[in-house]
Amino acid sequence: MRATTTDHLRAPGRLIPPLALLVLLGAVWELYARSGALGRDVLPPLSRVITAGWDDRASLWQNTLPTVGEVLIGFAVSLAFAFAVSVVLDASGLARRSLMPVLIGSQTVPLVVLAPLVVIWFGFGFTPKIILVALVTFFPIVVGLVDGYASSERDAITLMRTMGASWPSIFLHVRLPSALPGFFTGLRIAITYAVVAAIFAEYAGAESGLGVYIQGASNSFRTDLVLAAVLVSAILTLALYAATFLVQRLVIPWYAESRRIGA
Amino acid sequence: MTAPPAIGVDGLAKSFGPLPVLDGLSLHVDRGEFVSILGPSGCGKSTLFSILTGIESADAGALLLDGRPLAATDRPFAWMPQRDVLFPWRTVEQNVALGAEIAGGLGRGAARERARELLAGFGLDAFRAMRPYQLSGGMRQRVALARTVAQGRDILLLDEPFGALDALTRTELQLWLERIWERERWTVLLITHDVREAVLLSDRVYVMAPRPQGIALERGIPLPRPRTLDSLRAAEAAELEHELLVALHAGRTA
Repeated sequence: MRATTTDHLRAPGRLIPPLALLVLLGAVWELYARSGALGRDVLPPLSRVITAGWDDRASLWQNTLPTVGEVLIGFAVSLAFAFAVSVVLDASGLARRSLMPVLIGSQTVPLVVLAPLVVIWFGFGFTPKIILVALVTFFPIVVGLVDGYASSERDAITLMRTMGASWPSIFLHVRLPSALPGFFTGLRIAITYAVVAAIFAEYAGAESGLGVYIQGASNSFRTDLVLAAVLVSAILTLALYAATFLVQRLVIPWYAESRRIGA
Repeated sequence: MTAPPAIGVDGLAKSFGPLPVLDGLSLHVDRGEFVSILGPSGCGKSTLFSILTGIESADAGALLLDGRPLAATDRPFAWMPQRDVLFPWRTVEQNVALGAEIAGGLGRGAARERARELLAGFGLDAFRAMRPYQLSGGMRQRVALARTVAQGRDILLLDEPFGALDALTRTELQLWLERIWERERWTVLLITHDVREAVLLSDRVYVMAPRPQGIALERGIPLPRPRTLDSLRAAEAAELEHELLVALHAGRTA
């Protein structure tokens, strides 16, 4: 019954502090690089990074597209597997006890080691990139879901049981909706890894992509182009991160509202 | 002989490990009767409901439904927990419909129809499209009761339904429940630790002894219905309240 302010009305105001900080950091970079302390080719000023990137935009764009494709498809694959595995983990205590240590252990394999291995196993094509993105993003999503299921209210489960609900029905009506906020948290952590993972996979061997672009620029000592590609990957990650909030607002509008009201 | 009671509980016993919670508990509720169980916290009242709803199993004793033993497939009870447990991802109407859908086995459309009917009857029509978190605590409990009734079960088990509300809202909801009950005449078993609530609402009250005994006192509440706040002014009501309070505090040291 209480009036609720919608988020998007307040959004512009909220963007001011992070933008101000970014401008400040950019200014510090610019001034430090211009002071010549490191040599202008070692650390080019931000303005040169941006103009160099802009001049090379055709090539930069051509190499960004494959990376975006790898990230999105790898992420989709990861989501499908993560959901399936999370259901198994939720349904069976035995699966949880036996599978979780393996999943946690798998996270200790460094990306640097994994990337060349995946390329050796699956070649230089699209597949190893997708696999690497999926491998890296899988874990936070599964953990988000499994913890989310566990956050279901005990009384809610008990209530459903007294109503005679089956396990699938309890899962669908209580456990899955309860897990969605945790799922989106996991999703956000995962998406910040996704672009890095794709670039790593491209580094290990690919024909195009931001990783290939960075490697080429680095080999010809074009630090300005390396940094331009880094900026692009940062913007890409920020955009994907922001997209998760958008999707969250569409899928679970009740979550933000109920938290704001404090019920 | 009259008809057998709707629920008969005979010599129920339950321990959790070495801790006995219920020991030889016997009680009954007739059809259309409003019965309350008064007891201190931790006296096993909620355990009784868990056993009735099949969440826990009893160590000993019998449960009778209309005089015959309760079969494993029987689900005559609709449970209303103390905390409303309304789902924020569902509207008020969808929350109520869930009771009709899951427990009542209605299709989605029929369940929604049933929910609308109930909400209208409960005076909650205006809140149909709202989400639980937009409602006050008292409103949420009304919706939770509607969901309980929507299950279409014979007997309502109300587990301290107003226990978490402020005193003013609690009284308001007690009077509201009394009015609706007068109309519907459900068979109700109510758990409470509020003596006045028990007197205002019940036909009969059981006072439970501290763990792990059974019933310390059984008392009919012969106040005329329909009851209002004025019913509590009668000397008889004060007398009853006192008697129940004394029974409730007997056996408590300190």
